[in-house]
Order: sequence, then structure tokens, then C-alpha cells
Amino acid sequence: MSNTVREPAIEVVGLTKSYPAADGVVEAVRGLDLRVEAGQTYGFLGPNGAGKSTTIEMLCTIRNPTSGTARVAGFDVVRERTEVRRRIGLVFQQQTLDQQLTAEQNLRFHADLYGLSRADADRRIGEVLEMVALTDRRRDPVVKYSGGMKRRLEIARGLVHAPQVLFLDEPTIGLDPQTRAAIWDYLRDLRQRTEITVFVTTHYMDEAEHCDRIAIMDHGQVVVEDTPEALKSSVGTDRIALRTDDDELAIARIRERLGLEAGVHEGQVTLAVPEGAQVVPRLFTELDLHIRSVTVTRPSLDDVFLTYTGRTIRDSEAPRAAAGRAMTR
Amino acid sequence: MSTDPMSTDPVSTDPMGTDSTTTLPVPAGPLGEVRSDLSHHARATWVVTRRELLRFRSDRARMLSMLLQPLLFIFVMGTGLGSIVDTGGGISFRTFLFPGVLATSVLFTAAFAGISLVWDREFGFLREMMVAPISRASIIWGKCLGGAIVATGQSLVLLALVGTVGIPYDPLLLVELIGCLFLGSLFLTALGVLLSTRITTIQGAMPMLQLLITPMMFLSGSLFPLGGLPAWLSVVTRLNPLTYVVQPMRHLVLERLDLTAAAEQKLLPPLTWAGWAVPVGVQLLTVAVITVALIGLGARLFASTE
Repeated sequence: MSNTVREPAIEVVGLTKSYPAADGVVEAVRGLDLRVEAGQTYGFLGPNGAGKSTTIEMLCTIRNPTSGTARVAGFDVVRERTEVRRRIGLVFQQQTLDQQLTAEQNLRFHADLYGLSRADADRRIGEVLEMVALTDRRRDPVVKYSGGMKRRLEIARGLVHAPQVLFLDEPTIGLDPQTRAAIWDYLRDLRQRTEITVFVTTHYMDEAEHCDRIAIMDHGQVVVEDTPEALKSSVGTDRIALRTDDDELAIARIRERLGLEAGVHEGQVTLAVPEGAQVVPRLFTELDLHIRSVTVTRPSLDDVFLTYTGRTIRDSEAPRAAAGRAMTR
Repeated sequence: MSTDPMSTDPVSTDPMGTDSTTTLPVPAGPLGEVRSDLSHHARATWVVTRRELLRFRSDRARMLSMLLQPLLFIFVMGTGLGSIVDTGGGISFRTFLFPGVLATSVLFTAAFAGISLVWDREFGFLREMMVAPISRASIIWGKCLGGAIVATGQSLVLLALVGTVGIPYDPLLLVELIGCLFLGSLFLTALGVLLSTRITTIQGAMPMLQLLITPMMFLSGSLFPLGGLPAWLSVVTRLNPLTYVVQPMRHLVLERLDLTAAAEQKLLPPLTWAGWAVPVGVQLLTVAVITVALIGLGARLFASTE
């Protein structure tokens, strides 16, 4: 593996999953194609009901696909299920720790489930606890941990058996901003130190920036896939917002002197241009009126998400609690 | 299945040997051995079993609360009723009651251990087991064995009190009773686990379990002799698997005491199937067969629904 051309960590071809429903068949995933190179951090985004969870479950061998194939770490998720399982680590949206046991007992249980030798288990448990800075709390029952600590412990646990691919389903959901940042620090750190492939779903667009590549899924298919930078460029335009003494006049002059269309949004004159920084000087020289402030906004991943799914990620976030419970089935 | 990725990769870039504390290398292949033979299943089962034991150790409140009920039965109910019940064989009612209460003492502990699968599901831990490279049958067997060991272990406290009701501390008797308790516990845990594969909420599982177990307790002859019951009741007691745990235990205790034939007939009438007095060994075998069938069914249902 290390001396030949590396296989992709995840390779999905024509994957579908349909469920019987009251009114016929629900197609949760329809002909999904995906390729994740080894060593990447791969963001998997999409509104609720897009089919993300179902996809992850198929990749993790929890569900069987209706049709199509998926290979993870070089093994088929249906025919070579056990081999896949040995090579992947999982961090679910929902807590999956035994709260009554200590951190170390949870990790030990995991190591035993995966058949690690005593020596390997001892070493790995020490390493992963060190990595998430929980070494001094290793003998505390998990029930005494904060939400962020539990999450860190779950990430550590997912790494105990040294997987090639780590799947994280909404690893930062419900955590405060500081803890979220800390979790991403661990993930970044992990990627720098290892060749592990990280496959992560998130609802926070700012977090998706940490990924090497992003796929946005909607209606059971990947609608777009690229690096965060390329995706933002594909949406195209910067947004310039101006505060002026006379908005009407500003809009008129922008039209006649710069040949650009502007409008008023949220009390500001707003226009979309490919390169905002080049337009700003011309605004000052050519508008010939008092400009109180100018803001140039680069497109964000939020804009990307909106463009490709027709929804903002916040719109799709509302029914989360209900979706979280459905996951427990 | 037997390919070991560590050995198929001769280029030993093996980062595992060279790690400092600041690096967390990914080995060329996964750590750990996973085979599909029986020893692997046994090992996985034991891992799940051991968790049940660990959990129990950290839960002393449960241990105490589960002890209270049998103590009340023996020393309060047994003593109170003892004044109006004549066992007719020179033994106290408490002595008669003891093996029955001992058997029922594992009832709730074991059954609750079984439905803890519902908790595992509810609190998410089940997922951790479900995605591991182990078979689903191992999870079910591990839950059942763990629950049975915990319930049996708990009943030892009660068993230590045999002397207080006039039963001798005969080592063989104690071992035999422990064996029966383990079998009964395994049966009840299996029942709880089976229930958990169908019922997915704690709110649903608890009343269901009570509904099953309370009648089983009363209809096993744990609190009264099975002789002289009306025909319908007699039939129901024979259909209750728990009867075949309680009666052998009572048999083991009473055969150590000097009872007149008349008293024995009264306190421990032979258990018959269509007139055939069922030997103790067959009674226990019956429970064992039912238990294995329940676990097998539980494992099947579990595999098909999760």
C-alpha cells in the first residue's frame, strides 16, 4: 500500500438506497458517485434529508445499499464487511459512550472488541488519551465529563484501533464555539501527524473550510464537489456594500458610470462583482458623492451551499432535534 | 479472511516502532486480529460479558435495592406467615420458603440485566458494539452471560444466609444451588434480551417485563407447594419454565433435611408430566433447552432488526 499508487480511501459508484414507504418507495440515495483520496479531510455537506446519514451508514457497513458499490480502505462494504470495519473509526452524532464506565474502560472495551493485543491496546490507549489531552482524567467515569470532553474521548476511541479512515458525523453539533474550535484543532493535528483519511459531515459552514475537499449532497446525489476555494470561486462574485448619503443617486451613477447593477439591501447599496477589490477605488473616484463606509465580502461557503441547494444551511438546520432522535433507531 | 495486512506489506515503513509521544501514526494495517472462527466469537462474547460485570461493580445502589425484596420475603413474610402455616415436617416455613425466594431473588436482577439492551440502544452504546468487527450473536450471548453472572453473584449474599433458616452449609449443596441460580438467571436474562429486541423504549419494556415476571414468580411454586392446586393452576405452573428452577432447588435443600415421607409429599410433591414424575435432571435440562432457544431466537431477531 505504501509503495504503490495509493488506492482511494473511499470509492463509491452508483450507490443507491431506497426504503419502502406508505406511498411507494423513498429513494434516500440515488446513484451516488464519490471518490476520496487517502489522507484527505473530506467534508460531506447537505441539508437535512439529503441522504448524508444514509450514505455514511452504508459506508460504515451499518446498512446495505440497494444497488451500486462502495469500497472503503480498499474493501467492499457488503462483501468484506469485517475487513472494512477493522479499518474504519466512527464518531457518531449521538453519544455512544458507556457513561458508567471510566474513559479508560471505554477505550479498553473498544480495543478488546477490535481484537487488539494487550500490548497494542495499552500503547494505543495511552497515545490517544494523550492526543485529546484526557490522560489525567482517564480514571474518571464518563458521566462526569463535559460535552466537549466526551466528544474528544469519542474521537480518541475511534482512533484506538488505528483506522485508515475516520468517519465523523456532525462531530461538533451541540458544542460551544470554543469546544468546536478545539475539536477541529485535534482533527487538524491528527491529519498533520498521520496519513488518516477523515470523512466528516457538519452543519457549520465555517468548519467546512478546514476540509481539503467538500461534497455537497442534495436529494440523494452529490450536486457539487471541489476544494473550498474552488467552490467559492465557482459561486463567482464578491459583494460590495456601501453606505452613502444618497442611495438613489449612488445606484444611478453606478449604473451609468460603472455599468453595474446595484440595489438596496438591509439599508445598504449592494452590488455583486467578480473582483471587489478592483471596483472599490473606482467607486470613490467616479461616484462623486459622500461614501460613509464600504464593505467587500468574499463569497462564503454559506453562499456556495445556498447556490447549490437553494437553501441556507440554517434553514435546513431547524428540524435537527427530530432527526437526531430518528438516528437512534 | 486470514490475510494479515501487516505481513503483506514487506516495505516496513512501520511507523509504530518509531513513534515519539507527539506522533500518532497509522500502521500499515489495522491493529488487532479478527478471525471468523469460534474462538473469536467466544472472545467477543467475553468482552461484552465483562462490560456487564464492570458496570455492575460501579452500581452499588442497584445491588442493595435488589437484596431488599428477598430479605423481606424470607424474614418478614416467612416469619409472619410461619405462625399460621404448619409445614408438618418439623421444619419452619422460612426453611421451606428459602429456596423459592432464592430463585426469585435473581428474577428481577437478571431480567433487568436483559432489558438493559434497551438502555444500551437508547444511550447509544449499542452502536459502538454494532459497528465493531464482531458478530451480533456475540453481543447477545455476551449480554446474557454477563447478566446471568451478575444476578447469580448478587444472590450469593442471600445464599450466605442459609444457616439462619436451618439449612446446613454443605459445600456441595451450595455449589448445586449456585448452578441452579445461574441457569435460572440465564433464562431470565435471555427473556429480557428477547423482549429488548422487539421493544425499543424503556417505557414500553418495563411494564411488559413486570407483566411477564410477576406471574412467573407466583406460578413457580416459589412461595407455596405445588401439591393440591386446582387443575387449571396446576397446568399453568407446569407451563412456567421458572417452576423447573424452583422445584429442583427446593428438592436439593429438602433432601438434606430429615423430612418424613408425609411431609415431603406435602412440601415437595413430585412434578409430573402426564403422570410421569419428572426427574430433577430433566427439569433442569428443560430450562437449559428453553434458554438456549430463547438466546438463539434473540440473536436472530436482533440481527434482523438492528
